[in-house]
Amino acid sequence: MEDMKEIIRTYVVNEYVEDDSEVTFDTPLISGGIVDSFSMVSLKRFLENKYKISIPDDKATPEAFDSVNKICTLVLEFTK
Amino acid sequence: MAYTDKTRGMYTDILTGMKDAGLFKQERYIHSAQAADIEVEFPEGAELKKVINICANNYLGLSSHPEVIKAAHAGLDSHGYGMSSVRFICGTQDIHKKLEKMVTEFLGTEDTILFPSCMDANAGVFEAVLTKDDVMISDRLVHASIIDGIRLCSAMHDTFKHSDMGHLEEKLQLHSDKRQKMVITDGVFSMDGDTAKLDQMVELCEKYDAMLFCDESHSSGFIGKTGRGTHEKCGVMGKMDIITTTFGKGLGGASGGCVSGRKELVEMCRQKARPYLFSNTIAPPVVAGVIKVLEILSATTERRDKLEKNTAFWRKGLTEAGIIIKDGDTPIVPVMLFNAKLSQDVSKDLYNEGIYAIGFFFPVVPQGAARIRTQISAGHEMHHLEKALDAFRKVGKKYNILGKTKAEIIEMYGM
Repeated sequence: MEDMKEIIRTYVVNEYVEDDSEVTFDTPLISGGIVDSFSMVSLKRFLENKYKISIPDDKATPEAFDSVNKICTLVLEFTK
Repeated sequence: MAYTDKTRGMYTDILTGMKDAGLFKQERYIHSAQAADIEVEFPEGAELKKVINICANNYLGLSSHPEVIKAAHAGLDSHGYGMSSVRFICGTQDIHKKLEKMVTEFLGTEDTILFPSCMDANAGVFEAVLTKDDVMISDRLVHASIIDGIRLCSAMHDTFKHSDMGHLEEKLQLHSDKRQKMVITDGVFSMDGDTAKLDQMVELCEKYDAMLFCDESHSSGFIGKTGRGTHEKCGVMGKMDIITTTFGKGLGGASGGCVSGRKELVEMCRQKARPYLFSNTIAPPVVAGVIKVLEILSATTERRDKLEKNTAFWRKGLTEAGIIIKDGDTPIVPVMLFNAKLSQDVSKDLYNEGIYAIGFFFPVVPQGAARIRTQISAGHEMHHLEKALDAFRKVGKKYNILGKTKAEIIEMYGM
């Protein structure tokens, strides 16, 4: 779980953060303006490729993607 | 009627909020034709003031060119004022087809379709050629009209960091399973004035079997040795799949735009693009004016050569004055002030000195990147640019920003 959190956090920082802002496991990503609705697509595809899962569109909501912790919960739901 | 006091109050509050946040846009009334020298009424009711315009998209100084005006008059006389129709019902004249052919030759593409504006071209093109099985991968700084077009299209959308070819390649790999991939960029980016790396993008698109789209609105007519655009500058004429551009900037400045590119894609637009199908044809005098513009630009590179010289003089002058500008070689020259209020104050003082230039700040540009966007024209003479430089030196001295670094300006005025 901790490994997964760090992998996702690193991806989010590399992909979306263009200054030196800190991203923790609880930092609001969508509501905090770090990841916009367009950019959720690449995050979803990254997760699906990395963890060999398929996340239905109705589950890939802004709320479910709003922090590294929430994303991990979502991924685990589909890797069980 | 159900426009109640409550409804009116709601909108009044929203507009008041915009004013309080400094985001309320005000028009300035120009009483003359568009040119280097204009007469402006601002604020409303004020006496007319003669100023030098350095914020128009009139890159080639053709907006009020006598030959273009004469051609538009002739088009008005021979083909009428309007067509009262969309193109496919009874709105296509011989001059519309002539202009499409001329644009195709000018841009070095296979075919062209006219739209009422480039905003409409960008709004319609993606939906016309892509489906939910496809992906659009766009630069993160593309123009707002492209963003709107992308929103109207059912294809998946992803972005790459501005001008970052490594990141673009990662995205092309990530989406390799998609039926069609389209890479989307501006040729010259309107707020920063930098140029897309179209040569590298063509290579990546060929490697990953993707189509390449470029909006040339801030390039057509003057970028490249003969003014064909960014694709000419980057040596990839004939390799672009879709170019959109406007006739509302360098190419005469009136209105209208187009999609130009692979003939099948242009035909898809003719069959499916909603702004083409459901919006009026471009008015005949405008078509006649753009035809003259292309004749002028195809006969001589004199105007884009003069613009290139003016731009080099302007960039050198600002830099030597100790003013921070964005690097580049295009006529879009952003003067970086970083602080929103400072950009408004400098703009106001420049106006008092007889120089018309507008400050841009968040959300039009990123937070802490406020600027005055200056735009150079072939219509500017040396005396215009020298006077404008004097004004920048004088106002820059007043605010103590000459020779200062970004950090020093932010320390004085904040982000």
